[in-house]
Amino acid sequence: MEFITADSWTDALRIKTERPGAAPIAGGTDVMVELNFDLRRPEALLDLSRIRELKDWDVVGGSVQLGAGVSYTRVIEELADRLPALAMAARTVGSPQIRNRGTVAGNLATASPAGDAHPVLLATGAVVEAESFQRGVRKIPVDGFFTGVKRCALEPDELIRAVVIPTAAGPQQFSKVGTRNAMVIAVCSFAIALDLDARTVGTGIGSAGPTPLAARAAERFLVGELDWDTLKVSEAAAARFGKLVAQAAQPIDDVRGTASYRKHALEVLAVRALGWIRGCA
Amino acid sequence: MTVTTSTPVHKGIGGSPLRPDGTLKVTGEFAYSSDLWAEGMLYGSTLRSPHPRARIVRIDTSAAAAMAGVHAVLTSADIPGKKTYGLIADDCPVLAIDEVRYHGEPVAVVAADDLDTARRAAKAIVVEYEVLEPVSDMRRAAFDAESPRVHADRADNIVRYQPVRRGNPDAADLQDRVAVVVTREYEVGMQDQAFLGPESGLAIPTEDGGVDLHVATQWLHVDQEQMAPCLALPPEKVQLTLAGVGGAFGGREDLSMQIHASMLALRTKRPVKMVYDRRESFFGHVHRHPALMKYTHAADADGRLVYAKAQLLLDGGAYASTTDAVVGNAASLGIGPYECDDVLIEAYGLYTNNPPCGAMRGFGAVQACFAYESQMDEVAAALGMDPVEIRRINAVKEGSILPTGQRIEGPAPLREILDELVTMPMPPEPSLPEPGEPEPRTRVPGERWELPPGGYGNTTRGEGVRRGVGYGVGIKNICYSEGFDDFSTARVRLEISGGEPIASVHTAAAEVGQGLVTLQAQIARTELGVDHAVVLPADTQVGSAGSSSASRQSYMTGGAVKTACEAVRMEVIELARRKFPELLSDDESWSDIHLADGALHLGAGVATGARLLARLSDVLGTDVVEATREYHHRRTNPLDPETGQGDSHVQFAMAAHRAVVDVDVELGLVHVVQMDVVQDVGKILNRLSLEGQIQGGTAQGLGLALMEEIQTRDGLVRNPSFTDYLIPTILDMPPLNMRILEFADPNSPYGLRGAGEPPTLSSTPAIVAAVRAACGRPLRRIPLRPEQIALVEGYGDEGGEEDV
Repeated sequence: MEFITADSWTDALRIKTERPGAAPIAGGTDVMVELNFDLRRPEALLDLSRIRELKDWDVVGGSVQLGAGVSYTRVIEELADRLPALAMAARTVGSPQIRNRGTVAGNLATASPAGDAHPVLLATGAVVEAESFQRGVRKIPVDGFFTGVKRCALEPDELIRAVVIPTAAGPQQFSKVGTRNAMVIAVCSFAIALDLDARTVGTGIGSAGPTPLAARAAERFLVGELDWDTLKVSEAAAARFGKLVAQAAQPIDDVRGTASYRKHALEVLAVRALGWIRGCA
Repeated sequence: MTVTTSTPVHKGIGGSPLRPDGTLKVTGEFAYSSDLWAEGMLYGSTLRSPHPRARIVRIDTSAAAAMAGVHAVLTSADIPGKKTYGLIADDCPVLAIDEVRYHGEPVAVVAADDLDTARRAAKAIVVEYEVLEPVSDMRRAAFDAESPRVHADRADNIVRYQPVRRGNPDAADLQDRVAVVVTREYEVGMQDQAFLGPESGLAIPTEDGGVDLHVATQWLHVDQEQMAPCLALPPEKVQLTLAGVGGAFGGREDLSMQIHASMLALRTKRPVKMVYDRRESFFGHVHRHPALMKYTHAADADGRLVYAKAQLLLDGGAYASTTDAVVGNAASLGIGPYECDDVLIEAYGLYTNNPPCGAMRGFGAVQACFAYESQMDEVAAALGMDPVEIRRINAVKEGSILPTGQRIEGPAPLREILDELVTMPMPPEPSLPEPGEPEPRTRVPGERWELPPGGYGNTTRGEGVRRGVGYGVGIKNICYSEGFDDFSTARVRLEISGGEPIASVHTAAAEVGQGLVTLQAQIARTELGVDHAVVLPADTQVGSAGSSSASRQSYMTGGAVKTACEAVRMEVIELARRKFPELLSDDESWSDIHLADGALHLGAGVATGARLLARLSDVLGTDVVEATREYHHRRTNPLDPETGQGDSHVQFAMAAHRAVVDVDVELGLVHVVQMDVVQDVGKILNRLSLEGQIQGGTAQGLGLALMEEIQTRDGLVRNPSFTDYLIPTILDMPPLNMRILEFADPNSPYGLRGAGEPPTLSSTPAIVAAVRAACGRPLRRIPLRPEQIALVEGYGDEGGEEDV
């Protein structure tokens, strides 16, 4: 297998156009597992880890532009104030070693339904910036990014340059159920983000469907039920919100848990998150 | 038995010298078997069955053999000698013959220039299968006469049936005393040893047509014994050297790549290395037997057991491995360390087309322990009694008779263990984050803040969290049982080098991480009164040491080293008597001479007025004193096949745990807050190593209680990876407080009691009892899953297909 190191972003895009079969590798925390298990044999690996341009984040117009090479550790250390839910999700990713290597963009590119960052990206309305050498930048809203189990909207010649995530404009939460205290793939996960200015609610569900999902009916319901000044919601409405989140999930039975447990747990997580959001107000 | 020096020898018995491999392992410099390398070596790879049961219609190796870089492609037709092997029954094919009986069974092996080529070649082998219905339900395997037989040449699917009958639980006169009867069924899932160093070794062909194998294993000589006939070689032409072992826990008792790599090396006349990856490792070794157990306990109004009945089914999978002995343990220890005169235990070991199961830490005693301890709690609850009190009332002691009729000789201090356990401090009440805290905090040492159930997942700020406390007790046999003479051999040599006496110890005992190399040197230092002791690499150039199993190596190889040291010491004294007869006056005896501080002393220890007679360097000069000795434990007997009566065990060891857990009863998540353990070890030989064993055993028991399970469906393994086979991390393992008791065993070296396994037994039921106490649910299957603990209402089973 050929190993190609790209020195610059332009270089990387050019190589990806010439060699669409080359698998991009940044932190390698997903790609290397697949290679080690012989699940895929790409014709080449395209190393993005030396590209300076990908290693930064910036605030542009009320959003964080998160470079594709920014590690989870840096999200936790540098962005917990601006992107609290993403930082919460980042804390649940793997082990410290994996968080030092793994990236949000890498999570997106492998598009696992269990990717820890995905529910937060859905809840916050993030946008994926994909770029190709010939066609330039394409902005893909995250709710149109996941197209199936481990499939996404990237074209063979495209690479993810950055993820644009709106800076928090209200309370956010992320919770993940796993059967051990750390370093565990989610049995299911849930994210919620409130925008107090726009008075909107965003949600995201992980590991409970073929792709990460948003609970749109639950969002609409909560927008109407929430007292936006106190962030209070009646107990009955909170319970209903929990049911609507559970209904949005499309889980299966697998080695990590049953479909019925996943729905139950999502309901519990959604109701609890509402309680915590009041505490944050 | 007395220690011959009254002043403790530096780094001798009772000290905690650091292990020689410790720093290397922590810094990543230790050479494991997977690091082996030889000039010109080839890499081996294994093709395994994708089916749990199928007839092999045809194998075509031509495409694989024709690939560039491929040097050999071997199937069962190429096995040089005997085509099957096994630890107890030799029913396991070296490579599948006409039929595959489990998912992952080796079918063919390949040697190639590099690992990738070898793996691609293995994939290029064409095997045509006729898929057959697997026998995957052990209940059917045992009792359904219509069930297919896993081995066509056998009358049924039963590897061993062992009843144990004592008294008569159905006797009419017992029933008057009975106040409560509790009948329950329990289930234990398939646990894996999950050692970190995958199966690996390097086979080097020798000039005389034999093979040298460097391998990570638990018992070099039993490997050699099984390999030689299959390779059609005399045993002396199959020499083994222990390579760096990355954990074992029973999973290296059975052969994995030993014969395969040797066959390839003999065929290609090149060194061949085989290293399994993690996925293959899950298929490459036996697991702990899953169990279905039905128990009935009857007690009188005071809580005393009146009678007990148990039926245990143990799924041995496709091949016998050590199922026979596992059944013997489950049967003989089936009701635990409790006195009861009227008992019927029936244990079955079964053949199925599930993955083969064999040895794992606790070996048959673990499964039974989960059931009988759960029963003790049920009986206590039915009587409104305290769970510790019911265990105290029924506890065995020295002189108690087990259901097998065996009388416990030597201390059996279960009451003392329990009395100690309840005095240990409880953790403070839960201090969970306040609702509204934005996110969980890291646990800061010294600051009292517990990780909540759900760990770092941010799933609760105290909602749904309840605390529970539970207890567990276990009894484990030490050393091999049922008439097996698992002796050990040690060669000890004493010589002067650079003016200093140096003792060297040579055994074939496998250091699998437990600290045996450290202990062997400690014994030599103590017995020979020297500072320098070296332990030579373990190989088959010295007699068998038996297996690093059954908590037996301190006892057996420790005993062998001690005995050999005693022989060396006598020879040294004899040498002194011949060389320097004037050292003693007529009224002094050579038998009062002791070795300490590199010298011969009359009398034991300086404090008691011992007189220095001569330095070892002067006595030995250029002479070398060497002795090789075997150590045998006392004889045991097989269990009677009809009654299960017999003095089958050498020694018994016991531990007790208390577990304190926080359970999120809505999500079904568990956090173990604290564990406390009391264990009797007879004599502490190395406190640091011992504490490590108790920590590790407790953690492995925690894993079985809460997360560790190889999941199968219709014989297919569903989670062969560390992504989905979860083992506890450092954040799952709570603070463990230990009290170690020393009730010396009069029959064992130094009074020691094997210590590696007992904590694995009692940890599991203690945790499950604590979770039951918190959530109020029966929880009769382990490992516990969140959906068992949480009240899941309103969501039917609407699961779709599984993804990957």
